[in-house]
Amino acid sequence: MSKVTSILLVGVGGQGAILVSKVLTQGLIEAGYDVKMSEVHGMSQRGGSVSTQVRFGEKVYSPIIGRGEADIMVAFEKMEAVRYAEFLKPDATVIVNDYEIVPMSVATGELAYPQGLTEELKENYNTLAINAGQIAIEQGNARSMNIVLFGAMVKALKMDDIDWEGVLRKVLKPSILEVNLKAFRAGYEAE
Amino acid sequence: MKHLLTGNEAAARGAYEAGMMVGAAYPGTPSTEIFENLPQYGDSLYCEWAPNEKVATEVAYGAALAGVRAMCAMKHVGVNVAADPIFTASYNGVNGGFVIVSADDPSCHSSQNEQDNRHYAKAAKLIMIEPSDSQECKDFMKEAFDISERFNLPVMFRVTTRVCHSKSLVEFSERTEVPYKEYKRTIQNVASPAQALKNHPRLEQELKDVEAWGNTCGLNKVELNGTKIGVITASVAYQYAKEAFPEDTSFLKLGLTNPLPMDLIRDFAAKVETLYVVEELDPFMEEQIKAAGIPCIGKEKISNMFELNPEKLRAMVFGVEPDVKNLPVKAVPRPPALCPGCPHRGFFHVMGKDKNFVIAGDIGCYTLGSSKPLAAMDSVVCMGGGFSLAMGMSKAFELTGRTEKKVFGVLGDSTFFHSGMTGALDIIYNMGNVIPVVLDNSITGMTGQQDNPGSGETLMGKPAPAVRPENVLRSFGFENVIIVDPQDLKAMKKAVDDALASEVPAAIITRRPCLLLKKVKHDIGLCEVDPDKCRSCKMCLKVGCPAVFFKDGKATIDKTLCVGCTVCAQVCPFGAIERTR
Repeated sequence: MSKVTSILLVGVGGQGAILVSKVLTQGLIEAGYDVKMSEVHGMSQRGGSVSTQVRFGEKVYSPIIGRGEADIMVAFEKMEAVRYAEFLKPDATVIVNDYEIVPMSVATGELAYPQGLTEELKENYNTLAINAGQIAIEQGNARSMNIVLFGAMVKALKMDDIDWEGVLRKVLKPSILEVNLKAFRAGYEAE
Repeated sequence: MKHLLTGNEAAARGAYEAGMMVGAAYPGTPSTEIFENLPQYGDSLYCEWAPNEKVATEVAYGAALAGVRAMCAMKHVGVNVAADPIFTASYNGVNGGFVIVSADDPSCHSSQNEQDNRHYAKAAKLIMIEPSDSQECKDFMKEAFDISERFNLPVMFRVTTRVCHSKSLVEFSERTEVPYKEYKRTIQNVASPAQALKNHPRLEQELKDVEAWGNTCGLNKVELNGTKIGVITASVAYQYAKEAFPEDTSFLKLGLTNPLPMDLIRDFAAKVETLYVVEELDPFMEEQIKAAGIPCIGKEKISNMFELNPEKLRAMVFGVEPDVKNLPVKAVPRPPALCPGCPHRGFFHVMGKDKNFVIAGDIGCYTLGSSKPLAAMDSVVCMGGGFSLAMGMSKAFELTGRTEKKVFGVLGDSTFFHSGMTGALDIIYNMGNVIPVVLDNSITGMTGQQDNPGSGETLMGKPAPAVRPENVLRSFGFENVIIVDPQDLKAMKKAVDDALASEVPAAIITRRPCLLLKKVKHDIGLCEVDPDKCRSCKMCLKVGCPAVFFKDGKATIDKTLCVGCTVCAQVCPFGAIERTR
């Protein structure tokens, strides 16, 4: 079977992964790939842990992956990166947002938010940890955090032949385009 | 040009292209978006949200009898509600094509069980079609209407969460306008015992005709790649198996799965050395294939629980475990929670305080009232079950002298209209010692804001009469219907006390629109903690709001999440939380 690349986007319901997957899939389709994508709806969206899977290649069958199958993970929240780490290939690339969202069990003091997450990820995977929220604020709008992460992912994908900025121009509303283009470039450059 | 669509979007497109004229559904994950995607074709067809799945099925079936192509859609447990008309529709037959979409949810992403509705197709004697991706959702839908008319039978269009919610590329066609079929009064449509006895042999013959046709029809495909291993599969399991099995594996991919095309299966089985049946959940195909005397391997290796994926199949069938790194740090659970500003929060906070309250809950966002720290729910079974379960509990407590228990039945506005009304009627008729509570947030919330008989608008965007739950309850005989804003905790508490003290039958309606409802202007603000006043008592954490947490020993509110509902401020004994804008 020809090579299929699997991307895993993980985070907490409402963090903007849907827009990222939309831009990503649009670019991949324009580049001529077969694309499949899977996401969750309903109960699990209410502040719960969510994952979106995007797979592309010459021919893709399964819309979802299992353990040990993702090439790239983008984690919008750092504990979610660890939750889904078992889905990564041993040589996978991880882009992790250095950002915490406290679950209810931690807020009530019942459990503790785990420490040393990014260090653990760095030790095991090719990991880029960025403070996407801070970068987004520097570029003009905190809400572009998702596009900052998208920029970092595009660099990791090494698919510069796709006109990602052109895709952003098509998908985004004109009123938020400029700030998101800046966020995209800053994410691409982030180290 | 190809479009990247979910299976649900593609199924809606397929119904449109097939000339579907009347559609009815009740929302339920993972089926909901099929009907959300129909109003865009509103110039060509009619579609509605029905109060429940039984009504939806009957509306669609009535339209089919009247001679047009008609469809209903529901989640798997919705078929339980709709089973009554479905089991007799096959006896009576159709006129225009009739398609019943059943959206199953292996792994319970958003459901109370993972029942396998393929059994319904067999039990109710329906034709069953199973697409495996979005293109097939569109193409098979057209086929479903054709064969429903050709064989005079309802078609179950069975999809699963990964078929519904995965996106893949789809090519469109034009809509085919299908002329309506003549309508004549016929005794075949009257399911009297005498007529049923005549209809049944006809139905059995029709199913035999479908099976014979299925042996050669285009819905079933043979891919011969080798003689060593053969796989019989259907639905999304086909996609998983294609990645998990070696390249020289032959496939019989079935699109028509009831009745099973047994000659085709036998023929395929004879061509391979080892035959596997790969299907999610129950051994539906496997048992029939084995009963036909065809040796195959199925649930001996492949689990009958939870959804599959290529990696699980490799492990189950070939014993190949994935190469996975085990991180020493572990994530703590992050279950879903009621949104910040959710109107249900105030209600459950008040209810959680009295340990003698027994709260029979129901299916909806408010099921989350069962989670910590609110933890104010005793049972959840099915849509509409809240009131009736409460009735049974109260009778049992009464008969056994446990009179300190105060029983409440709790459900939402959409659930009330769905099937809660009949439970309320039972409480009145049989004089139950139960307080029915309708959590009225003016919308069907959990499935993503669909209109219902109380919301004042139809699926097609037209204004509609808004039925008020209090008018229904009063007409039943609940003389004391207390309507309260659940976000006002004092008023909420008083409503509960007053209902318990009432000498006439009492009911409570908590009324505040869901914060996600876009057509309502919400009073959005922000609450902030004065750290000097905060004494770290953690009372504010007991409301279970995702925006409230502790940092450096003091209560803190996440400004990006808080909407200023003030529930946390109302429970703070030291006045440390205030709404600042």
